[in-house]
Amino acid sequence: MSSRTLPLLFINLGGEMLYILDQRLRAQNIPADKAKKVMNDIITTMFNKKFLEELFKPQELYSKKALRTVFDRLAHASIMRLNQASMDKLYDLMTMAFKYQVLLCPRPKDILLVSFNHMDAIKDFVKDTPSILSQVDETYRQLIEMYTPLSSGEFQLIRQTLLIFFQDMHIRVSIFLKDKVQNSNGRFVLPTSGSVPHGTQVPGLIRIFSCTGEELTRQQFNNGGNYNAALREGSFEIFGDRVTKLGTNMYSVSRPVETHMSGTSKNSAQHTKVSAAPNPLAKEELNLLARLMGGLEVEKPGNTDSVSLHVIPDELSYGVINIQATKDQQANAELAKIMGEFTESGDQSPGASSKGDDLLAMMDGL
Amino acid sequence: MYHKEKSIQIKNSASALYNNLGVLRIAPRRLTYFTVVHANVVNMISASWDGLNYSHRQLQSKEPNVATSTSLIMQAAFCALPSRDLLVVTSQKGIQMYESDGSIMVYWHALDTPETPTGVSSGAILVFDVPSKGSNITLSEVLEEHKESITDMASECSGSQECIANLVTADDEGNLCVWKSGEEFQLLNKIPGFDMSCSSVKLWKGTVVAGYGTGQIRLYEAVTGILHAEVNAHARWIYSLDIAPFSGLLLSAAEDSLVRVWHLTMTPETNSVEVAHLHNECVTDTQICGAKFCDGDGYAFAVTGYDLSEIIRYVQS
Repeated sequence: MSSRTLPLLFINLGGEMLYILDQRLRAQNIPADKAKKVMNDIITTMFNKKFLEELFKPQELYSKKALRTVFDRLAHASIMRLNQASMDKLYDLMTMAFKYQVLLCPRPKDILLVSFNHMDAIKDFVKDTPSILSQVDETYRQLIEMYTPLSSGEFQLIRQTLLIFFQDMHIRVSIFLKDKVQNSNGRFVLPTSGSVPHGTQVPGLIRIFSCTGEELTRQQFNNGGNYNAALREGSFEIFGDRVTKLGTNMYSVSRPVETHMSGTSKNSAQHTKVSAAPNPLAKEELNLLARLMGGLEVEKPGNTDSVSLHVIPDELSYGVINIQATKDQQANAELAKIMGEFTESGDQSPGASSKGDDLLAMMDGL
Repeated sequence: MYHKEKSIQIKNSASALYNNLGVLRIAPRRLTYFTVVHANVVNMISASWDGLNYSHRQLQSKEPNVATSTSLIMQAAFCALPSRDLLVVTSQKGIQMYESDGSIMVYWHALDTPETPTGVSSGAILVFDVPSKGSNITLSEVLEEHKESITDMASECSGSQECIANLVTADDEGNLCVWKSGEEFQLLNKIPGFDMSCSSVKLWKGTVVAGYGTGQIRLYEAVTGILHAEVNAHARWIYSLDIAPFSGLLLSAAEDSLVRVWHLTMTPETNSVEVAHLHNECVTDTQICGAKFCDGDGYAFAVTGYDLSEIIRYVQS
């Protein structure tokens, strides 16, 4: 399978994560300066030069667990604190959103346009901070350099590699259910209507040619759908109209965002139980990216004024969080211990033990 | 024209890979084998024709007696040779050949590591000599004509003297190579692509039928490369083509959720081909990855889809 898949997976999932965090920060009325700090810190970490260097190396795709570890660390690269349940939900939302975008892309190459939509939004989040902006611009250049020369077949291979990563994930997301892009069994709606991809003709024509190349006959057949001609092609440059809406911020209109674990569908009950949540009793699935992520310096404010975020806004779910908290307290003690271990073994993670303390403090606060 | 029959449940869902369905009909034992790939596993189901007995088996792609991690499978296909049938499984690490029921692995061919790619993803075609029994399989030739990854190949064993071409290979740039087998394989023709991947190819009565990422199907005369027909068949990438050789029925399936049945008519006297559209089946909300006829007449066909844990079957009404 493709060894160029990881950068696209990371950037798009990271983009979705930022959309969700941005929405939650606004919905929970976190003060603007704190919210901006959270976003800036995470984006700085995401686009760290050393991290990206490692990310863009040709390599096999990480396992679900290993990638989850990277995002756990990314989510905690700022003053923001998320409990285990919220992190789980955040990750579910991120992955289902990107799965949806990959599936709905008309052409495999459109995954690059989706990535640019995420990048464009990220650039907008940091437009007032030149230092981070230059990191983001550098990433655009790397994406363009690596991906624009690829053929359609190579993009399809990347897409197939991503689809193997997302196989059997059918978590229901309320924003998708409301918009009728996802069925109640967790499967996405694939319409047999709309514009055909750029480069494809509307199905329905059979042309027969003579041996000398002249067209002899043309016939029409019923294509069973309701298609129209392709739209213009989106831009693959640093600036431009991407045309597709996939990868743009679907949370920008304030809506309650929840996820449900699908219990109704037999298949998803069997398959979605393959959880990406790291088992805290086992060693954190260590990988180079996670190590780099954990080792990155992020300026913490003098008073550890942490921002506690939850990704389940309902009053009704609050009870669930409480119950989880007691369980998680023990789990997070383990996590904190493991983080502490890595510091001892030379992992450059300043303040790792204080991070653990913050987590526990936050649990108490609930 | 066709109606849906009872589906066969599989142990895992199908992965999004081209031509992800293998079908082998074993008439003397009144059963049919199906293979569906899920990541690093081949699901094999043996289904009795009376619909009463199903047995399942799973094969993993790994070297014999080596406990290293398994690798992702690209394709699993049945090869019906004159003296025996084999199941061939290609993965990132190598090529495995099994007896057709999946019971014994008879051969393993390791591909070079990804850092120095010289395997099939570089465009090379490996030709193996297979004895009528046993595991004394040897690599006899390497055909290096394609520059891009091979996506699919098709063969036709025709006794007719008019059909001299018996193998066609397709690559990720849409180039098609037409070969004649013999002591050594001989390249008869190269049909250039148009920078669009050919994901599935079939050969029938000297005609190449090719399916592309643009959703188009093209029919070429194999030996001369003359374009006979062009069909704007699907709204998305074509994943699978199949031909029922006795009736000339063609099956095409794509990411657009549609399976279409066509009829091909060859008229050798005028060297012309006709393509008629017969039927559509929509597998709602599914990107189809495999579609095959279950018999040489096209009386029944089977379909697999990404994330679907069943093989859907259709039978002529």
